[in-house]
This record gives sequence, C-alpha cells and structure tokens, in this order.
Amino acid sequence: MEVISVALPALSDAAGLILQPIVLGYLVLGVVMGLCIGVFPGLGGIAGLSLLLPFMFGMDPVLGLALMIGMVAVVPTSDTFASVLMGIPGSSASQATVLDGFPMAKKGEAARALSAAFASSLFGGLVGAMFLTVFILIARPIVLEFRTPELLMITIFGLSMVGILAGRVAIKGIAAAGLGMMIGTIGEGDSAGELRMATYDMPYLVDGLKLVIVGLGIFAIPEIVALLRKDRAISDRKPLGGGWSAGVRDWFANIWLSVRCSIIGVIVGVIPGLGGSVVDWIAYGHAVQTTKDKSKFGQGEVRGVIGPESSNNAKEGGGLVPTLLFGIPGSGSMAIFIGAIALLGSGNIEVGPSMLKNNLDITYAIVWLLALANVVGTLICIAASGGIARLTTIPFSLLAPFLFMIIAFAAFQSGQDIMDLVALFAIGLLGIMMRRFDWSRPAFLIGFVLSNPAETYANQAVQIAQSRFRKSFEDGIDYIFSPIVIVLIIITVISVVVGLRQAKTIMAEGAVESGSKRAPLIFLLVVLGYLLVAFTNAAMIPDYAAADRVFPRFVSGVAIVGCVILLVQMMIRPETHALFADREQEEDSRFGLWSTLAWFAALLIMTALMGFVLALAIFLFAFIRFRAGRSTVFAAGYTAAGIAFICSMAGLLNRDFPAGLLQEVTTLPWPLG
Amino acid sequence: MGISKTTRRVAMGLVAAAAAGLASGATAGGHGIDLSGKTVEWVIPFSETGGSAKWANFYAPLLSEALPGNPTVVVKFMPGAGSTKGANWFQEQKYEDSEGTLIFGSSGSTQFPYLLGDPRVRYEYNDWEVVLASGTGGVAYLPPDLAGQMDGMDASALRETDFIYGSQGATRLDLVPLLAWEMLGLNVEPVFGIKGRGDGRLMFERGEANIDYQTSSSYLKGVTPLVEDGTAVPMMSWGALDADGNIVRDPTFPDMPTFKEVCEATEGCETSGEQWDAWKAFFIAGFPAQKMVFLPAGASEDAKVTYTAAFEAVKARADFAEISGGRLGKYPQMTGEAATGALASATQVPQAAKDFVTGWLQERYGVSLN
Repeated sequence: MEVISVALPALSDAAGLILQPIVLGYLVLGVVMGLCIGVFPGLGGIAGLSLLLPFMFGMDPVLGLALMIGMVAVVPTSDTFASVLMGIPGSSASQATVLDGFPMAKKGEAARALSAAFASSLFGGLVGAMFLTVFILIARPIVLEFRTPELLMITIFGLSMVGILAGRVAIKGIAAAGLGMMIGTIGEGDSAGELRMATYDMPYLVDGLKLVIVGLGIFAIPEIVALLRKDRAISDRKPLGGGWSAGVRDWFANIWLSVRCSIIGVIVGVIPGLGGSVVDWIAYGHAVQTTKDKSKFGQGEVRGVIGPESSNNAKEGGGLVPTLLFGIPGSGSMAIFIGAIALLGSGNIEVGPSMLKNNLDITYAIVWLLALANVVGTLICIAASGGIARLTTIPFSLLAPFLFMIIAFAAFQSGQDIMDLVALFAIGLLGIMMRRFDWSRPAFLIGFVLSNPAETYANQAVQIAQSRFRKSFEDGIDYIFSPIVIVLIIITVISVVVGLRQAKTIMAEGAVESGSKRAPLIFLLVVLGYLLVAFTNAAMIPDYAAADRVFPRFVSGVAIVGCVILLVQMMIRPETHALFADREQEEDSRFGLWSTLAWFAALLIMTALMGFVLALAIFLFAFIRFRAGRSTVFAAGYTAAGIAFICSMAGLLNRDFPAGLLQEVTTLPWPLG
Repeated sequence: MGISKTTRRVAMGLVAAAAAGLASGATAGGHGIDLSGKTVEWVIPFSETGGSAKWANFYAPLLSEALPGNPTVVVKFMPGAGSTKGANWFQEQKYEDSEGTLIFGSSGSTQFPYLLGDPRVRYEYNDWEVVLASGTGGVAYLPPDLAGQMDGMDASALRETDFIYGSQGATRLDLVPLLAWEMLGLNVEPVFGIKGRGDGRLMFERGEANIDYQTSSSYLKGVTPLVEDGTAVPMMSWGALDADGNIVRDPTFPDMPTFKEVCEATEGCETSGEQWDAWKAFFIAGFPAQKMVFLPAGASEDAKVTYTAAFEAVKARADFAEISGGRLGKYPQMTGEAATGALASATQVPQAAKDFVTGWLQERYGVSLN
C-alpha cells in the first residue's frame, strides 16, 4: 500500500500547490492565450508553447506549468471554432470535426454544434486527466526502477514511432527523424567535447541549436508563412444561431459514445508520436461505425462532432503519460513542453523518472491543472463564444507581423545572439520545405529532442555495462537485459510491425497531392548532401574521442541509407506517387513563397544593420501599409502598439534586443541601443 | 573570572577596531560613485539554471540595497562554451563605457580552462578588478557497503573495486575529485556526458554509479536525505582553507575527514610532492574561491571602493548569516584584500601544477587542450 501512502499526500500537496489565486490567474491567462492561438487555423499547441518558452526561464515552476497546461489543454477546445464556423481545421486535432460541424453551421445550428463540442471536450479532458492520475499511480513503482539501459530503450521506443508518423512513406519519416537527430548533434559532443558540424570560429554553433529555435522554425514559421500566403479573406462566416442547450442535451444523449471516444483518445495519446493528428479520425470512424443511420454523416450529424471532440481533448492526458513518466515526447507540442520544464525554476525539475521520484507533487499538480484548464476553457468558450468567433475574422496579414515580432524576440532570448535570428530563419526555411514536401515535422522534432538522450544513454549504458562485464558476465547481462528492457523491446517490435501495417491509412497532416518530380527530388538531394557532409565530419573525429563519433556516424549512416532508398524509389515510381507530395500543387496561394519570405529576410538584415527595435518599426509599418494595404494612420498606430508591446515585455523580463552595426558605432538609449 | 572577562573585552575591542579600520580603509581610497537612477548589469556566463544563477540571484537584490543610490541590479545570462563565451566578451568591455554599471560573475568553470591554457580563452583575470570572492566546498560519498570497507580513514581496501562515476568532463571541476581518487589508488572510471552534478547523484541513486561528489549546497539538499535513509555514506570533504592557506576541516561539515586526512591515512597517498601540489592548486582554484565578482579592466579606484563597501555592507547585515546559510552555505564571502588574495591563489597556479595536470589529462583521458 506504499503506492497509496505516497500518492495521496502528493495529490493533496498538489492541490495545495495550485489552489492559489496567482496560480489560477496564470492558468486563466494560459487558457485565454490558448484560446486565441487555437482559434486561428493552423496554429496549435506547438506554436503556442514555443511562444511561451522565453518566459519560462527561471519562472516559478507551478506558475509556468499553469500557463503551459492552460494553453495546451484548451487548444483542442478552441480549435473547434474554426472547424465549425469556417470549415477549416483549427489544428490538426480537429480535422474530423469539420466534416459534420461545418454542415451544422451552414444549417444555422452553429451554436448547437459548438456546445455539443464543448461538452464533449470538457468530458474528454476530464477523462484524460483521470486516466493520467491512475496511470501515474500504477506505473510509478516500475518507472522508479529505470536505469540507463531502460531509459535508452524507452528512447528507442519513442524514436521507433517516427516511421508511423510519416504516414504514407515510412522511410521519409526515418529520414526526417535522422535529420532531426543530426541537427541535434551539432556542437560540442557530450562525452569528449569534440565538435560536430561546428567550428570554434563560429562560437554560436558550438553550443548546438536550441529547442526554441528549432520548434519555432519547424512548426510556427511554416504555418504562419503558409497562412500569410493564402491571406484568406474570411467573409463566409456563419452566424452562431441558437441552441446552446440543445447541444449539451445532444452530448448527454450520446454520453457512451463520448466515453468510448475519450478512451480511444487517451490510448492513442499514450503512443509516442501518434498524438493529435490521427486521433480525431479514429474517433470519427468509431462514431460512424457505431451509428445505425449512417446517412446523416457529412450532412451535420451531431455524433460526428461529439466523437472527435471527446477524443482530442482526452489525448492530451494520454500524451502526458510518456512525457511525464519517461521524458519521451508524445507529440510535437510535448517535445516543446519537455524543453520548457527544463527552463522552469532553477532547473531542478526534469521530466521522467526523476520527477516522479522527487517532484511527485509537481507531477500531480500538472494533472490537476489539466483537469482545471479543461473546465475553465470550456466555460470561457461558452461565455465568450461570440467574441471568440469574431477573432476568426481578423485577416491574417494583420496578425502575422505581430506573431513574427514575438517569434523573433522569443528566439533571440535563447542565446542573446543575432545568430539566433539567422538560425531561426534557416530552420524556418527547412520547416517550410519539409511542410511543402510532406516530410514529417513531428518526426523531425522528436528526433531532435531525443538525439541527445539517445546518445548519452547509449554511451553511458555501454560504458557501465563494460564495467559490469569485467566483474562477471552474468552481472553484465543482468544489467543490460533486465525484465523491463525485455518487455520494452517486445513492445517496440510489436508497435513497429503493427504501426507500419496501419501507417498507410494515416495521414498525419492531411492528404497531400503529388506534383512533378523535380522539386521533391531537389529537396531530397539537399538533405542527402547535408547528411553526407555530417557523416564525413563525424568520421574525422579522432580515436581518443570515439564516444563523440559513434552516434552521429551511425544515425547519419541510417538516414543516408533511407535517403538513397527514397532516391531509387523516386527514379522508378511515377509522378503521381505519394513520394512526390508537394503542397504547392494544391494550395491556392495569393502570394509567392519567396516574396513572402523576403519580408522576413528584410527584417533580419535590417536588424543586423540597425538593431531590432528600429528594424521592427520599419518592418511593421511597411508590412501593414503595403502588404496588408491599410492606411498610413492605421499602420503607424499598429507599429506604435507593436513596439510598445514588445518593449514593455522586454522591460518586464529585463531582456535586451538584438543589436546591429549601428549600435556598435554609436551608443543609443534602451531600447534602441 | 575577572581576567577572562577583561580578555574578552579586549578581544572584542580589537575586533571592533579591526572592523572599523577595514571600513575606513575601504572608503579611504576615494569618494565612491553614485549609481542613483542607473541600472547595474551583472553578467553571468552561464544559463539561468545553474549554481552561478542562484548565487547571483541571491546577491542581486541585496547589492541593489547596499549600493549608493540604490540602482536596479539585473542579472543577465550569457551562456556559451562553458562560460568561455561570456568571459571573452567581458574581456572586451571597457570601464569607461559602463562607468560601474557592469559587473561580471565568474566561476570555477571559468577558472579551469584559463589555468589549463585552453586555446579558446581570450580573457585575462589579471586585467579585471575583483570585488567579491565566494567560497564553497565539496563532499565525496559512497554506498554503505563500500564505505564499510574503509578502515577508519584508510581507503586502501577500496582499491579492489571498479568504481563508476558520472562526470561532466575531466577538464571541468570534476578534475579535483578524479585526481583525488586516483591519488588514493582507487580505480574510478568516469562516465561522461551528464549535464550537471544532479544527474551524477541520480546515477548514484540508481545504483549505476558507486562513487560521487557534490558541492556543499547540493550535498546538503540532495545527499543528506540519502545519508539519513542509509543509502549513502560520506567519504570525505575536500576541506577548506585557513588564513595561512592550510587545508582544514570544512566548517559546514566539521565531522567529516578531509581528503588530506584520508590521504595521510592511506598508504601510497602523499600529501606532498608534485601530485599533491597540483591537486591542492586546482582545489584552491575550484572551491575556496569558486565564484567571483569583477569590474571590467581599467575600473576606477572609486568604483572598486564603492562595490567593495557595498558587498561589505551586505555581509554586515544582521540577517546575513541566516539568509545566506541556506542558499550559499557557511563559506567565506571575501571582499577587499581577502578577495584579492583569493583571486591570486585561484589564478596563480604554479606552472609545475599546470604541467602535471595537462600531462595527466592527456595520458589518462586522452584530452588534449591544444
């Protein structure tokens, strides 16, 4: 009964931690931000969390968690607005909601659809939190037995899921994860301090790329650029109509469907890597299967809303299981979440077994916050639905410069170096290309996050095992093949086999049409080129630092083989094959990629010349005046508001802005200097 | 009775006189600078999560109260290349540009590459002006079964064991424990790649490492509970320096033998000679003067006096022992002459000691610093 005697006090400690006005205030703040982010189509938990990252440095852990959990938990609730009202998935987790939610809105039943969705979301979120509570209780004793070989194995398990993430072409997922891992190895090796793909002449690279930069570059920038290029004028928004209570009654009438879909959500959420992108489709499929009269689906059947919405909130609870227990990100947003927790407080909290051991109260605080955030989020969604719905009408061209301003500021905080912005731009370009050619970006990010643990655990496990083997053969075998390791190996093998069989039907980021051969081929060759250079670079590490050489050489080797297989396939297969997925074929963009990017390149160059604040002022004004086509007065007002916002934020956090050449020759007062 | 009372009064009087002399000495050099309305930037060449951050965050508000004009003191973090990046940056700062509004906090990890002649080091401690030096200590500990094998302070029975130690890198502060264990004849294999000493402790707790060390504050927080549970036993502390530069028992851990005592009790371990001198030199560089506050090159006498007086005022607070005990440990916070002395002993390591350590690193770990 040790389980109960430890857990119950921790549970009540956790409740004490969060039931403070200030914590609840941060939770509500996080929820409100999550609502805003979720409402905008395309922006989800990853982008939201990335934006919060710079504020996490040294923040009180409970406050930071309240902010982040509030945001993560509410995105699957608020993204319903876009799905129902606009017919565009608010985030990848509510693609299926569109199918019946949007037709309901067209019929004038938007309010009914929304309230059914909110009720389901709330219920799903609570189921997820409950599951997490119980699961931590049961799994904790096992997780505390984890040593380096077990940690290594669970890391490998996490990595093994990337093939499934990639959907139609599994090898692409492996190559993407391999590339992510190689980007993760850049800089000084952990074991012997040898440089990988870096030189002391460029000190920036010696420390490697930061998660903030990679997260923002890979996820936020491509989505923002894509939305900006479409610059959709949203005029066909449907009125909300009445029927709020009808929606709740609909949910109650289908409560067992909601229960089942919540459980589906939790289970899918637990599997690392699968996460939000597929759970709604599985739940939708289940809803269709279990309904007698299937004819109404797609025409506005409320069960088609209840199913996905129950599951996509429940999956957040499930997704926290691998994240909190093992430090293995369950999804892209959880990858950022792990990085953010490391920044909280004074860095004493690290997700994984050590947190379960030393910070059980914090662990349970996360669970409570999750449940609470779902309740708060639902209440705000219902209470303020009219206002929130209006948010969807803001043209994206007005929002984008503001988002870019925050992203650039956030990125700069990671290293206080103008190179942060250059790196952000470069990784952003990579992210845009990966999105375009349907290379799995979650796989890349998971590879990046797990690169370092995989390398150190592998090196350490080998070294410790050697020492045990010297003692006796049995000692060594006992160490490497503990019962937990064997179970994990079996789970990994089963999940890979089953996963690959199922993967064909999973479209993590929606179906992408195929285009011509040329563009995808060029991108593949560029990736292959980088991997070859990285491989050679790693191979040149001298013998005495072999520990820094083995991992990058192995990973790049695997990724190179994957790329070569892709290359051969590309030569054989016809243009219509999924290999040649290319979003440029389907997206009706009003603006070209390069002209859109040029705006941001200009911001970067101007920053290098005259510092961030001056560059930003020019950028904001010019963008609003010329690209968004607003009046000069409006643009000036917008610029003033933007600059005031960023300055007050920097002042509050005691942060500097990137300086340029101008600041080197003259001394200017803050914030200009 | 009467005599002892008199002696005590005289002694107190002497202390008071000394304190007064020190205080006047501190202000005698100039008028000091006024920082009202200014913002003092305290640059820490590490990330927000390390020990230096805790140290600076502890001092910053107190310093703000103590400086003339009560300027805002903000801690700025400039991590990179194990603090070399920030220190190189600080080397390029001129005092005239900041007029006393810029200070820098260095740590053992800044000192070691400097001492070992790391080619990336472009900073020179002798150019800077030290205004505070904070010390710390360290404790090595063992699992109970291995600790039981020690015969009193004699560690020679441990030579049969294969030790595993989670290390951050042989050229960092870990050099001090690694060299100490080697001098005792222990066969310790460092497993590199851990991110901080906390990870080393976790490795010990999981039973994968069977020897470890922590700096004092982390020991108090992380290892003391293990000792109470009976899963760890302290082996030795590194000790502390007395006024004459001798290694004595650490005031925070008066019941623990120092490495010097253990070494003396263990056959084959010498507390003199080249190896001992090298160990002691790097111990002094890494622990008793681990963290220091500097003004940039060319700092005026006025600025030095102002900051010295401010740190002295912080130390003289009635509640200082109470508030610092939990966060910094019971270690000397040195200012003025003491700080200068600490800086000298921390940075002027004899060439022979440097050569010994570079040779040892190359031979034992294949680490070449050039």
